[in-house]
Amino acid sequence: MAGSVNRDNLWQRVAIATPYLWLLLFFLIPFIIILKISLADPVIAQPPFTPTFDEQGALSISLDNFRFLLTDDLYAITYLRSVVIAGIATLLCLALGFPMAYGISRAREQTRGLLLLLIVLPFWISFLLRVYAWMGLMNNHGVINNTLLWLGVIDAPIQMMYTDIAVFVGLVYSYLPFMVLPLYATLERMDLDLVEAAQDLGATRTRAFWDVTWPLSRPGVVAGCMLVFIPAMGEYVIPYLLGGPESLLIGRVLFDEFFVNRDWPLASAVAVVLLLLLVVPIVILQRNQARDAEAAT
Amino acid sequence: MEYKQEQSKAAQEENSSFIRISNVSKHFGDFVAVDDVSLDIGKGELFSILGGSGCGKTTLLRMLAGFEVPSGGSIEIDGLDVTRLPPYERPVNMMFQSYAVFPHMNVEKNIAYGLVKDGLPKNEIRKHVDEMLELVQLGDFRRRKPAQLSGGQRQRVALARALIKKPKVLLLDEPLAALDKKLRERTQFELMNIQYETGITFVVVTHDQEEAMTLSSRIAVMDKGQFRQVGTPKEVYEFPDNRFVAGFIGTINTFHGSIASISEETLSVYSDELQLTLPALGTHPVEVGQEVDIAVRPEKIFLSRDEPDNPDDVRIQGVVDDLGYLGNRSLYRIRLANGKIVQVSSQNRRRSVTRFLEWEDKVWISWRPRSAVVLVD
Repeated sequence: MAGSVNRDNLWQRVAIATPYLWLLLFFLIPFIIILKISLADPVIAQPPFTPTFDEQGALSISLDNFRFLLTDDLYAITYLRSVVIAGIATLLCLALGFPMAYGISRAREQTRGLLLLLIVLPFWISFLLRVYAWMGLMNNHGVINNTLLWLGVIDAPIQMMYTDIAVFVGLVYSYLPFMVLPLYATLERMDLDLVEAAQDLGATRTRAFWDVTWPLSRPGVVAGCMLVFIPAMGEYVIPYLLGGPESLLIGRVLFDEFFVNRDWPLASAVAVVLLLLLVVPIVILQRNQARDAEAAT
Repeated sequence: MEYKQEQSKAAQEENSSFIRISNVSKHFGDFVAVDDVSLDIGKGELFSILGGSGCGKTTLLRMLAGFEVPSGGSIEIDGLDVTRLPPYERPVNMMFQSYAVFPHMNVEKNIAYGLVKDGLPKNEIRKHVDEMLELVQLGDFRRRKPAQLSGGQRQRVALARALIKKPKVLLLDEPLAALDKKLRERTQFELMNIQYETGITFVVVTHDQEEAMTLSSRIAVMDKGQFRQVGTPKEVYEFPDNRFVAGFIGTINTFHGSIASISEETLSVYSDELQLTLPALGTHPVEVGQEVDIAVRPEKIFLSRDEPDNPDDVRIQGVVDDLGYLGNRSLYRIRLANGKIVQVSSQNRRRSVTRFLEWEDKVWISWRPRSAVVLVD
């Protein structure tokens, strides 16, 4: 008897420890390595940075890389640009995703499954391929321009590729499902009687939406926005493939520092600051989820 | 006849066309939820629409509230045609079965919602909210969120929120269904008191016949989208219009037969099942020879060991097939000579340790001539 209780206990511990172990191995340890590199100096060697402890065993670290990030405007401007672009993309996703999620949640039960399938269907194709597909659509001689030229709507191709517009199209297209799914989850379980009750008490349809539907879908809105904003902040592929050379985003700066300049310490510093910037929305998301869990009990 | 007098009296008491439902139908595709229904409800009535699930009662209520537009017919409330009016423009408020209390607003804000939408000044809203909180005895809970309230308290919030706009009609969808038995009985009387104090016309939808009987001034029994009978609880119980109503409200014993003769006061029916001619009250015009059912309620049947001496009573011999002791009363199933089971319920007025009757005891069942009614359809 005692043995089986102990075994249950053991399994419980394993079950609880597994996610922590995962985070330790694949998040905390890599982050510590990055943090370590960010405090080193670049050298032309293998690996391309100075060791944390010199030959005498003394600690050899400096904040030079972080200082450099502060002195060169480029980084501050790029961080800011990233926040703005990710923010706008998030709002666009919300503006598009909310009506979609609302529509699906109010559709007949049989059609709902199909509509949700359509939302996640793009995931079946590689992300990179989908971004390349957009290049084919938005090129100067791409599908959109050719069609418009053929229809006579325009005389010369519109420059779409390598602009911020293309970046937004790519971001919104790629991250829309992450907005729609949590929104759908909250809207779907919302009691429709509440909306009718508001109308019954004198609210028009629009008023009832803002008084009842919108505040009650807040958990979904916050979750969706965070799920779009956080990855969009560090996005590299979309701005690299669709954006112009002048549309510098922090993900691209990070990539360039690592692979083009081979300045690993500076790149690591960029990554550390990016992570610190993202901690704010992540904490908001966590709080939101905790409050949700509390409200549910 | 007795029931007719009661009916006309009830009609006189109420200003009987405060709510006027005229030939209202509602179709959902091929499905007919409400089928050409007409009904007048008087001002200040506590009117119940009673029926099983899927009978169309909720659809009718939703048409009164404005959530569904009738496929045909019209609805007038206090002389105003509301058939196509949206819910927010009707002088009607509704208490939902789920209560639909806004989870993100506290008690006070929930109750005030309707007046805020009407754009009343703050101090006036405050005054009305205080009144309502007192009416439903929730003064101590004004800042609580719905999640911190019990089911009964949430229901009172929903009631106060629906009453604060002083609607001409309050619609209540299964108002007591979600409460436990004790609370249900208390709330029932509270609702009746509040209806009496406010004078607002209540229209209640319920599947619970007991609830409908105790609450209402009048009941409409609904089945398959149509009213099968409209009347006071007493009329509906004592003089069911048809087999459906007789069977739906309470239990009833029926015997097949045909009309033997018709007199001013009562009908005489020959029951082939009982091989007996018995008296019964009729509510519909009938012809001699017409096939009918005779119906008697279990509590109107007397049991005795010896043959009852009143020669006017209907008397039949049988055997106790089964019996059940329910505390305040006992239920008996009496098997007649032809095998037919008759249900009898009798009050346990005397306390006795030994049972009055045992299984397989020979007994007489009897009922008064005016206890049976004739069911035509």
